Amino acid sequence: MPEDEVPRALAGEAAVSAGEDDPIEGPEEHRGRHKFDLVPVGVGPVLRKELADQLTGLRFAILLVLIGVAALASVYLAGQAIKDVAFQAQGARNVFLGLFTVSGNGLPSFVSFVSFLGPLLGIAFGFDAVNSERSQGTLSRLVAQPIHRDAILLGKFLAGLATVALTLGVLMLLVGGLGLLIVGVPPSAEEVLRLIGFFLMTVLYVGFWLALAQAFSVVFRQAATSALAAIAVWLFFAIFWSLLAGLAVDALAPQGADPTVAQVLRHERLSEGFGRVSPITLYGEATAPMLDPSVRSLGALLPAQVDRAIAAPLALSQSLLLVWPQIVALVGVVLVFFGAAYVIFMREEIRA
Amino acid sequence: MGSPAEYAIVAAGLTKRYGGFTAVDRLDLNLTRGEVFGLLGPNGAGKTTTILMLLGLTEPTEGESRVEGHDPVRDPLAVKRLVGYLPDNVGFYPNLTGRQNLRYTADLNGLTRREAPDRIDALLSQVGLQEAADKRAGTYSRGMRQRLGIADALVKDPRILILDEPTIGIDPEGVRELLALIRHLSHQRGMTILLSSHLLSQVQAVCDQVGIFIRGRLIATGPVDTLGRRIAGEDGFEIEVQAYDPREAAPANGAVGSSLADIPGVREVGAEDTMWVVHAERDVRPLIPGALAAHGLVAIHLRLRGQSLDDVYGQYFHGETGVNDA
Repeated sequence: MPEDEVPRALAGEAAVSAGEDDPIEGPEEHRGRHKFDLVPVGVGPVLRKELADQLTGLRFAILLVLIGVAALASVYLAGQAIKDVAFQAQGARNVFLGLFTVSGNGLPSFVSFVSFLGPLLGIAFGFDAVNSERSQGTLSRLVAQPIHRDAILLGKFLAGLATVALTLGVLMLLVGGLGLLIVGVPPSAEEVLRLIGFFLMTVLYVGFWLALAQAFSVVFRQAATSALAAIAVWLFFAIFWSLLAGLAVDALAPQGADPTVAQVLRHERLSEGFGRVSPITLYGEATAPMLDPSVRSLGALLPAQVDRAIAAPLALSQSLLLVWPQIVALVGVVLVFFGAAYVIFMREEIRA
Repeated sequence: MGSPAEYAIVAAGLTKRYGGFTAVDRLDLNLTRGEVFGLLGPNGAGKTTTILMLLGLTEPTEGESRVEGHDPVRDPLAVKRLVGYLPDNVGFYPNLTGRQNLRYTADLNGLTRREAPDRIDALLSQVGLQEAADKRAGTYSRGMRQRLGIADALVKDPRILILDEPTIGIDPEGVRELLALIRHLSHQRGMTILLSSHLLSQVQAVCDQVGIFIRGRLIATGPVDTLGRRIAGEDGFEIEVQAYDPREAAPANGAVGSSLADIPGVREVGAEDTMWVVHAERDVRPLIPGALAAHGLVAIHLRLRGQSLDDVYGQYFHGETGVNDA
């Protein structure tokens, strides 16, 4: 505060009267920030500190190595597979994108790895965001500082997201470089744009798991409980959801031995709808057309709909149009969980 | 409600209920600028809840408060800019050094990169942590954490300092240093200090005013000595006496009671263990040595009960139990 620069020798009266005349906007403007409160006060320092913590932490190093090894192995094998078939492939377009989507020699593709390990990344960076501050006794100190309380959540979320983006960005550059060495076909401009789109969608997807884990870290006092709960949600969607959804759809839209077209369609629509409850499905659907321009539709198509259609790859803008609803849905679920954490945290009384 | 120009902290009818439980009940409090106020009471009396309400960390159910003229409910940031707070059971990021922990607080308070290091250095040496400053806070002892917590509360150069149970976990030497620091901040820097404690004897020396806080109610406020006198005044004065008989070279007994009972104003003299307790209408201490000498005895212990805060505390604590049972 400006008045604090006055020597305190005069103490009491002098300092006090200076303070009385000072409107509270004074010091704010003096520091030249947050004039309109668009961003909660204090996001900057929280973001900086959390980012430094994440990047210097052991957690980051372990995850980088784990996902890095998986990604490099998958792209190496994909590259080998592409090299073997590239000469036979007719009009081998988008070879570079293939590096990320082709699975070679029994190992899943890069995209499958990211789709599977992305949640782990998000959960790892978020599960102890708030409850660790609570158990360390730092939270009561933090909320007593002149920052908005939501700055704590937002700063931590953005720091987690930045860490995720950095991890993923580094991996994709590494993997792209390796692929380039193996295959020897440089990416076209459109391929680069598509990869950037894939990158942003993946950050968003991991952001969902980050928001979920962070919401759990507000609800659960124990970091271990919050991590387990988040992992349970991940496994539920990764493994059990499709089974449960299949059962539910079969019950709701039974198909006899000889189903009509209407029955089949209804069954298909329902199972699409159920599947899209899972963020994993949403992410899969959002990224498939991005990385494979030949994907022209998500879900069932009747022969009548593709009659006389030319099997040509889609332009980037058309692919984006196709996945737009999925992107909006992912943004939506991120906001839901971030909002839930926000509402709980803002109303909570924080005791030492 | 007092005028904000005069008081650093004002509370009027401040009440906090959790469901059916009233943690703080119609609290009225006025803290003059520059004074050290001790909020005293047993655990669970509502001291921490009061502090949280004053800081805007929890909303009062009823009533309101002003901290340097700011309403903690409507403008908590303004309050938090002016108030340094040491929470009960303070903690630090274990993987950061003491200095880095303070740097974060400085950042959160918008201190510039230029001014922060100097202030942090000064504070670290003020609390005697300059040697441990670059060790990880995870390796700190309880007492060191407490001292770092004081430095942390002072980083923003607050006008008001609120310390929740500051003496817990510190050794006697540390408590002495802490009290000296509080006195220094109050006298030299004109800081208003509100501290809570359940250990009266530790903090009474440093408090200008104390408030006895029991079961959510502030049942007495005032300077330590007048609080004591008020209690003594209610049912007269109680004076402890021990005497020595030089002729027998032993503690005196029988004769003491009769010699004291003759003093004007004395209502009753009773024996308690090795000493005598005189119940009087006024403070008869000046007369006691003379009365004893007349019987050839020497006074070796003379103490007015109800003047030390422990007596005050005990008396109020018991009184409160009686009130509640009634």
